[in-house]
Amino acid sequence: MSRKAAALVVDDLHKSYGDVDAIRGLSFTIPRGTVLGLLGSNGAGKTTTVRVVSTLLPFDRGTVEVLGRDVVHEARAVRAEIGLTGQYAALDEHLTAHENLEMIGRLHRLRAGDARRRAIDLLENFDLIGVAERQVKTYSGGMRRRLDLAASLIVEPALLILDEPTTGLDPASRRMVRKLVRDLVAAGTSVLLTTQYLDEADELSDDIVVMEHGAVLAHGTPEMLKKQVGGTRIEAHLTGDHPVAAAREVLAREVLERFGTGPARLSADRRVVTVPATKEPRLLARVVRTLDDLGIAIDDVRLREPTLDDVFLTLTSAQPTGASADSRAGRGPL
Amino acid sequence: MSVSIDPAPARILRRSRLHWMVADTWVLTQRSLRHIPRVPEQLIFATINPVIFVLLFRFVFGGAIETPGMAYEDFLMAGVLVQTVAFGAVNSGVGLAEDMERGLIDRFRSLPMSTSAVLSGRILADVTRNSLIIVVGILIGFVVGFRPTAGPAGWIAAIALLLLVSLAISWVSSTVGLLVRSAEATQSANYLWLLPVTFASSAFVPTESMPSGLRAFADHQPVTVVVDAVRAYLMDEPPGWQGWGAFAWCLLIIAVCAPIAVRRFRFRASR
Ligand SMILES: Nc1ncnc2c1ncn2[C@@H]1O[C@H](COP(=O)(O)OP(=O)(O)OP(=O)(O)O)[C@@H](O)[C@H]1O
Ligand SMILES: [Mg+2]
Repeated sequence: MSRKAAALVVDDLHKSYGDVDAIRGLSFTIPRGTVLGLLGSNGAGKTTTVRVVSTLLPFDRGTVEVLGRDVVHEARAVRAEIGLTGQYAALDEHLTAHENLEMIGRLHRLRAGDARRRAIDLLENFDLIGVAERQVKTYSGGMRRRLDLAASLIVEPALLILDEPTTGLDPASRRMVRKLVRDLVAAGTSVLLTTQYLDEADELSDDIVVMEHGAVLAHGTPEMLKKQVGGTRIEAHLTGDHPVAAAREVLAREVLERFGTGPARLSADRRVVTVPATKEPRLLARVVRTLDDLGIAIDDVRLREPTLDDVFLTLTSAQPTGASADSRAGRGPL
Repeated sequence: MSVSIDPAPARILRRSRLHWMVADTWVLTQRSLRHIPRVPEQLIFATINPVIFVLLFRFVFGGAIETPGMAYEDFLMAGVLVQTVAFGAVNSGVGLAEDMERGLIDRFRSLPMSTSAVLSGRILADVTRNSLIIVVGILIGFVVGFRPTAGPAGWIAAIALLLLVSLAISWVSSTVGLLVRSAEATQSANYLWLLPVTFASSAFVPTESMPSGLRAFADHQPVTVVVDAVRAYLMDEPPGWQGWGAFAWCLLIIAVCAPIAVRRFRFRASR
C-alpha cells in the first residue's frame, strides 16, 4: 500500500489554538520525489502545518498521511520516515555537535558504530567538523542551523520537512542547503519546504502552495502561478533623496499605470514602482521619455518577467505598500 | 562547500518494545549525565544545600530542640538527607521544562523512539546525581558530630530508600513540569509544596511538639514516614511500620505520577 501512496496528503485540516483558528480546511498533496514549497505571510499557519505533519501537534479535524500512514494512529511509523528541521534549532546546548548527532542516530535505531560514523560524515559535509567537539552553546546562529539540518538527515528520510531552513544562513551556506535539497530529491526524497526566500521556493519547488489565514490561497507550479498574475512588468527605480518624494512617487505611479494593465505597486523602501505591462512596441522608450518629460528622476527602468514575489504580493494581503496601493491592488486572477 | 553524504547506515529492526525502552532510556541517561560536569553550578548548589541546613539546624536551632533518646546531630541527619534529595529531584521537572522551551522535546518526539525514555532517561541521571549529593551530605554530617550506628544492612536500606525518594520526587516534579511548561514556574511550583511538606514533618523537629491536628497530619505524611525510617535504619533502631510504610509511600507516588507524566508527555508536550 505505502509503495504507491503519496509522500504527504493533507486533507481538510483544521486546527485552532483556543480562539485562534490557525488552520482552516487546508488540503494539498506532495507526490513522491517532489518538493512542495509552502509560502505565506507571518502567521499564515506554515509552522502549525509542519508540526501537524511531523506528528508533534494534535489537530481538530481532517486527515494527514505520510506515505499512506496516518500521523495520529501510526505516529511511530511516520516518525521513522520523516526528517524534521523546525523553524527554531532543537539541539542540546551542553552536548557537542558530535554528541548531539550521535545521540539522535542512536535514537533512530542505528548501531553505536554506525551512529558515530554517520555523525562524522554529516559534520564533514556541513562544514562543522572543525568545531565538532565544542559544546553547541558556543555556536553561532548559522552553525546551529546547519547542525539542526544535519540532524534531520541522520537517516535518509522519505519525507524531509524543512521550516525556513535557510533563514539566518550566510549566502554560501544557503547555496549549500539548496544544492543539498536538489541532491536529495534527485535521490528520491520528497520535501515539504517553507521559506521566506521566494527565489529559493522558485528554484527548488515543483509545486507551490500559498497559504493565508490557514487555508490555500493558490496552488500550482511556479510557472503557472507566475502566469496567473500576468506577464511582463515595468519596473522603475526612482532616484533617492528627492525633495518632494511623496509627490514624485504618486506621479511616477500614475505615469506607469498609463503604460500598464494593472495597478502599480511600490516597494517597501518606496523606491521601486512595478506595473504589469502592455505588449506595445517600444514601450520602454516611451516610458523613459514620459518620465523624463515630467522631471521624475530615475536610476533605472526595465522590463522583467514576473517573479514569485509578484505572485506572493498580489495574492496575499501582506503587501508592504501604502494603504492606497493596497486597496487598488486586485486580488489577482485566482 | 559541497555535499556528498554517504548513504545512511541501516537501522536495527525487529527488537521488542521493551528493548527499545531500555536502550533509549540509556542513551538519554548518558545525555543527562554529561550535563553534570558541564553545568557544575547545579551540582555545587545542590551540595551547598545540605551544608546550609546542617549548619543552620545544628548550631542555630539545634540547642532549642529536644530530641528524646538521641543526640540532635543524629536526629537531624535523616531529615537533611531526605530534604536534600527531594529538592535535588526538582531538577528533573526543571530540566524537562527547559527542553520543552528549547524545542528539544519536539526533536525527540519526531524520532521513532520510545516516548517514556525521554522522562526516564533524565530521571535516572538525576538519581545518579542525587547519590553524589547523598555522599556529600553524609560526610558533612560526620564533620558536625553525626555518629550513625547502623550495620551494613541498615546503610543499604537507608541509601536504597533515599534513592527511591529521589525517584518518586523526580516523577512528581516531571509531572508538574509538564503541567506548567516553564522551567522557572516548575521550580517555584515544586518548592511551593515541598517546603511546607518538609517542615511540617519530623525532618528537623520531633512531631510531639506540634499541635494535635498538625501532628496527626505530620505523623502520616510521606516525608515524616520516610525520615523516620531512614533515621531508624541509620541509628540501628527497629523501623516499626514506617519501615514498609516509607517504601509503600514512594511506590504509590511513582505509581500515580509516572503514568500521568507519560500520558501527558505523549499528548501534550507540544508547545
Ligand atoms: N502555541 C500557540 N498558541 C496560540 N496560538 C498560536 C500558537 N502557535 C501559533 N499560533 C497562532 O497560529 C497562527 C499560525 O501560526 P504559525 O506559527 O503556524 O505561522 P507561520 O506561518 O509559521 O508564521 P511565521 O512565518 O511567522 O513563522 C498565528 O496566528 C499564531 O499566532
Ligand atoms: Mg513559522
